[in-house]
Amino acid sequence: MTLDAEISVRRDARFALDLPLSAAAGQTVAVLGPNGAGKTTALRALAGLQPLTAGRIELDGRVLDGPGAFVPAARRPIAMVFQDYLLFGHLSALENVAFGLRARGVDRRTARRRAADWLDRVGLTAEAARRPRELSGGQAQRVALARAMVTEPRLLLLDEPLAALDASTRLSVRAELRHRLADYAGIAVLVTHDPLDAMVLADRLVVLEGGRVVQEGSAAEVAHHPRTEYVARLVGLNLYRATADGTTVRLADGGRLVTASPAAGEVLVAFAPTAVSLHTGRPHGSARNAWPVRVASLEQHGSTTRLQLAGPPDVLADVTPAAVAELRLSPGTELWASLKATEIRTYPA
Amino acid sequence: MRRPRRPHSAPAAGTDPAAHDAGAGPAVRRDAGPAGADAAVRRRVAERGPLVLVLPAAVGLCFLVLPLVGLLARTPWGRLPSQLAEPAVAEALRLSLVCATAATALCLLTGVPLAWLLARTDFRGRRLVRAAVTVPLVLPPVVGGVALLLVFGRRGLVGQYLDAWFGLSLPFTTTGVVLAEAFVAMPFLVIAVEGALRGADRRYEDAAATLGASRWLTFRRVTLPMIGPGVAAGTVLCWARALGEFGATITFAGNFPGETRTMPLAVYLALETDPQAATVLSVLLLAVSVLVLVSLRERWIGGGT
Repeated sequence: MTLDAEISVRRDARFALDLPLSAAAGQTVAVLGPNGAGKTTALRALAGLQPLTAGRIELDGRVLDGPGAFVPAARRPIAMVFQDYLLFGHLSALENVAFGLRARGVDRRTARRRAADWLDRVGLTAEAARRPRELSGGQAQRVALARAMVTEPRLLLLDEPLAALDASTRLSVRAELRHRLADYAGIAVLVTHDPLDAMVLADRLVVLEGGRVVQEGSAAEVAHHPRTEYVARLVGLNLYRATADGTTVRLADGGRLVTASPAAGEVLVAFAPTAVSLHTGRPHGSARNAWPVRVASLEQHGSTTRLQLAGPPDVLADVTPAAVAELRLSPGTELWASLKATEIRTYPA
Repeated sequence: MRRPRRPHSAPAAGTDPAAHDAGAGPAVRRDAGPAGADAAVRRRVAERGPLVLVLPAAVGLCFLVLPLVGLLARTPWGRLPSQLAEPAVAEALRLSLVCATAATALCLLTGVPLAWLLARTDFRGRRLVRAAVTVPLVLPPVVGGVALLLVFGRRGLVGQYLDAWFGLSLPFTTTGVVLAEAFVAMPFLVIAVEGALRGADRRYEDAAATLGASRWLTFRRVTLPMIGPGVAAGTVLCWARALGEFGATITFAGNFPGETRTMPLAVYLALETDPQAATVLSVLLLAVSVLVLVSLRERWIGGGT
């Protein structure tokens, strides 16, 4: 069982989506990208709600969309979980889950029994008779998932499945969804703008920006070797394009850094914001890199504060609230940043 | 719906105008006290509006309400039960209800699919179709009756074949009444249902499609329940219009007691022979109208206030 797709949709002069996507049975692929990157369009194309303007979609060797062939949504072996679930308001949770089975010709009794089984699996037996508006956000999400999975689709499409949940519910639903996807034999394609969702739920990440794939790989690969500023910001890394000459790299936007491992030619340089140390004067320690910076902005992230520092090079640094108070940090404060050479990762561009 | 704030009432509170711009809620709370009461009075005065508008508005209202008041004032309430029991009245009432209901059923059967076509599909000449659907709404009903006669009459465009092939004759029959009423009332239903369809979130239909539902199943099980209130409102409106139909009915179906003489026709006729009976019948129709209005209050006159 494989998915093999060249998703190409052109809407007008400004929007063009080109997404090659392939996956094998049991895999979950996450399409990650900022708003407007074309993620939802790609999902709608896979579902058959949006015809391709070029390219093709092939599932198990059967062409779903391509030159001279188009299988409408209702006849594709797919199911979709929508961002705001789109549960049918006039049907109970059980009837919602049974809908897909009934639509595909399963008799009423069998459909209701299988729907009840799935509601039981997601722990909502007690809520079976409730209408969607009587369900909490987390419950509605689970009903939506059950409604999609009960039809045993070969391709499961998830559009921002956790985006509508509040932070605390999100955590538990994410863990649950992870189990469901791990047990699921078909192919799952997940669209999200949340890197954590993508990394927890997916085996492979495809990063989409402006309708094009900018990076693809396992969660660890993408996290450690981001290829664009968007990806770097997502995973919380400093990233620079640079030219390397031995252990000295000259950054494209100004400034130079000393690294531990030698390289040559065009490279990407990355390091974590936690690797950056801050000092009120020029540091005398063992760090090989030190340069003057000015605080551009402060942002609270959980128990740490992320600073945007203007260089060159510009850099993100994570410090504790205690340090913020001690160094009396505020926008405009002049500081020195230092960075150990061993904290810097260099990889070919 | 929140009332627009009057700009000249803001300084009355004695706080800086910027605070007022932040929203009506907090500003009012801070105004509590003598200054706040003063502001409230000023606001009320300001909202009373200029006399140039209020006076004609009052005249207009009287013009609309007075005739109804007059009707109720002159109704011989004592004669009401005996009048209603009269065979001619009972017959006209029964005929009216049957015909209006049949006409509404006809409108539902054809009008809902028509509304769906207008709202959900894209074809050449759709605007023309919508215009055609709306014509009976603005057409004088008598003209509608004449047009029906020219098409379904014994020598009409379609009527001659109906007569020759099936021996069917529609004009001056109860079926003719139903047709005339449906012709005039259908636009009300189509427009209401089309509006409901346009307002309904189409992504629910997408969701049904991804679950394997055909378009027909999606229409029955997802779309129709979603637009239920709109269809109900359109149905009531359509039925009320059919019940009150006069011009097209008398032109196309004539005025035969027990066969085509509906309530409005009976009222008109009674006015010449027995004005009191006409009053009683009118009150009856008024009661039905009020009933319709009550059933529609949420959608048409509530207006969100």
